[in-house]
Amino acid sequence: MSLVNFTAREITCKIVYYGPGRSGKTTNLQYVYGRVPESRRGRMVSLATQTDRTLFFDFLPLELGSISGFTTKFQLYTVPGQSYYNATRKLVLQGADGVVFVADSQARRFDDNLESLQNLQDNLLAQGVDIRQLPVVFQYNKQDLPRDLILTPEEMDDALNFRAVQSFSADALHGSGVFETLKGISEQVLKRLAAGSAVA
Amino acid sequence: MTATLNPLYRFDTLVVGAANRLAFTAAKAVAESPGTVYNPLFIYARPGLGKTHLLMGIGHAARAINPRLTVEYLTLDEFVESFHAAVAAGQGEAYRRRFSDVDLLLVDDVQFLTHRREMQAELLRLSDALQTTNRQIVLTSDRPPAEIEALDERLIRRFAGGLVIDIAAPDYETRVAILRRKADERRASFGEGVLEAVGSLVIDNVRELLGALNRLVAFQAVSDTPLQPAQARALAGGAELVAEQPPKTGNAARVDEFSDFLSEVSATVAQQVDSWRTKVAAAILRWEGEGFSTARLEALLQQEMTTDPEQVLRQFESDVRRLQALHAEASDLAPSLAGSSAFRDPEDIAGAETVTQRAREGAHPPPAPLPIWRLDDLFESPGNRMALQAARAIAGEPAHRYNPLVIVGASGVGKTHLLHALGNALAARLKGPVGCLSAHEFTGELIEAIDRDAVPAWRARYRGAAAFLLDDVHLVAEKDRTQDELFVLFNFLIESGRQMVFTSAVPLAEMKSVEGRLRTRLEGGLVVDLPAPEREVRQQVVERSLQAKVGTVDPELAAYVGSRPVESIRAVHGLLQRILNAAEAQGSPPTVTLAREVLEGSQPKPPRKSSTRSSGVVAPAGGIKSREKIVWDWPDVGDRIVEEWR
Repeated sequence: MSLVNFTAREITCKIVYYGPGRSGKTTNLQYVYGRVPESRRGRMVSLATQTDRTLFFDFLPLELGSISGFTTKFQLYTVPGQSYYNATRKLVLQGADGVVFVADSQARRFDDNLESLQNLQDNLLAQGVDIRQLPVVFQYNKQDLPRDLILTPEEMDDALNFRAVQSFSADALHGSGVFETLKGISEQVLKRLAAGSAVA
Repeated sequence: MTATLNPLYRFDTLVVGAANRLAFTAAKAVAESPGTVYNPLFIYARPGLGKTHLLMGIGHAARAINPRLTVEYLTLDEFVESFHAAVAAGQGEAYRRRFSDVDLLLVDDVQFLTHRREMQAELLRLSDALQTTNRQIVLTSDRPPAEIEALDERLIRRFAGGLVIDIAAPDYETRVAILRRKADERRASFGEGVLEAVGSLVIDNVRELLGALNRLVAFQAVSDTPLQPAQARALAGGAELVAEQPPKTGNAARVDEFSDFLSEVSATVAQQVDSWRTKVAAAILRWEGEGFSTARLEALLQQEMTTDPEQVLRQFESDVRRLQALHAEASDLAPSLAGSSAFRDPEDIAGAETVTQRAREGAHPPPAPLPIWRLDDLFESPGNRMALQAARAIAGEPAHRYNPLVIVGASGVGKTHLLHALGNALAARLKGPVGCLSAHEFTGELIEAIDRDAVPAWRARYRGAAAFLLDDVHLVAEKDRTQDELFVLFNFLIESGRQMVFTSAVPLAEMKSVEGRLRTRLEGGLVVDLPAPEREVRQQVVERSLQAKVGTVDPELAAYVGSRPVESIRAVHGLLQRILNAAEAQGSPPTVTLAREVLEGSQPKPPRKSSTRSSGVVAPAGGIKSREKIVWDWPDVGDRIVEEWR
């Protein structure tokens, strides 16, 4: 996927929200959707089951307008978290310019987080992408839950973030940390422009 | 009246970025040594980009270095007013003297010279007066000299004779640097990303940028909460982004969250995209500094990146390299083209190609082999068979069989004949010019080239040869420069796969005064001997000569002359010529009896053509074909002694 298209004067960034099932990926997108002026957001596509679980994926296009002469578009995707939807995850992950790993801060979901992170690495590797070369940020969601149920951001960092990338605590349901996370990943993705990593 | 220099407009208060670096460097150079580097210095830029700052900065810096320096700064309007006042008061001359004595004259806003013929003449006179006495003049304008309406052509030329330089709009980095410095000066501090957000707005006028900063400072002074980047953008004039958002309906915080995000993304994108601009600006500085036109890159900077700038840069640099190569080639061929402006415009490579092509065509080809000699005309004998076969092999496959071929033989055995014949065969086969000349001529040409300071062009002539044949290479002995040139040419031609043939009257081993490096290279090819012609060859030569000169061949005569014991073809021709002269004198055809008389018995004296001729030496009948082939018809021995005695 081309990040910068000089001919069409377009910058397109594909950002994928990854993480275990029920960690709050769709909630992130819904919050963003709710805060974007109508003129700037496309239709959010969400294919969900009756129990509100993501069956296929969520897609939220954002039109940021003309920036430095470039029509800038962000495409936010989520993947279905459940382990049996791996084929879909692989598909959505293709051509991603950046990944937000949404981890569930509850202590009981510790293993699910690890498993999903391992799965992310495997899926990227299968596409010939080294996770170390891809912009990735962590979001530790559900930090609003009672302290005795969750791990602190520091504990989460110790458990998951062994490459010390940017991480954010969040309460996606109420919006805390959602835009901070989006800004963090956007900045990393856009900074790769200078390195000419993906020029059309 | 002369305005004073604004104390704030110094070099150290100027933010230098890619857009004004070149102008700043030039200004600094002028301040450090007025009147010696760029005189006049003409700086132009759109309003609000720092011309006056730079101009006054020159004044401050020059004074700091030399406090005794007289510096005058004035705008053109002031210049005009004071002139009119002086003329009205009858002090025109005193006015002129005053400015002629200034060490550093700084004139701002000269675009107002438009339609002021009188002031143009005055400025022209003043500019000449200052330059003559090595005094510096610096001018600024909002447009280049050529675009100032109705400006005297002579003034345009004067300005162009110094340095005309422009200041472009500041790039993102420079804009942020200006904002930071000015905020520091005002002791105002802003939250993270605020100044960057304003810098990301395309405000390409520094005054407007400072106006925007003033609004931020004023807003922050009356606001309880720190200014956010999005607000800063709106305040600074980037309202279009905010204005497009839906009106706030009680959920201002919600909209702000997205605006913040948008503002940050905008700043990041602008920063990253502008890094290309910085790269392009750096390339402009570099190539402009090397004297190339950078219009293409300047146009790129003005654009909103419709094309991949990296690709444009790569193409531009490749075009510049092509121009450099053409320039090198053309100035080798014609030294007068060195530094020509034809090789400075990457937009006109075709023009540079044309100029180079003309230089190629204008360069004289090296001397060609004499066309009268053909390889097929040579008589083959056991003695010359090896040399002839080598020559034919080379003619068939130039540079593939024997390279170089060196033909060694005594004088007159036919080396030159063979060399030119082979040269003609090569010329018929190869595309380029074939150089064939004697070492004597080669040295003569070199001396002439040194004399005309045209050695590179002379070298280029021979380097362009498809094959190179040099007669009498032994004559380069003791001519060191010729040997050097020949050595270099030899290596060049060998490396380029071109055929070379040499002849020498001296065996290579005996060429003691020829440098070893050259001699060994000659020995590295095929060295063949061309011995004295055998009897059959001599007879065939006589037969052909008789056929050509008399029209019939007397076999008995040909056999007799061919049997004479001589060592060279040249001598055979000499014998025959004597017989033909005698026959002509007697008015009878040449016969073997006459030949015996001429060559063995007493020779009948030819009638004297003129009683006043004292030498008794006459040229052979039929005229002189070649200086080397002249056969003098000497009178008898007694006369000869007298002649030599004289």
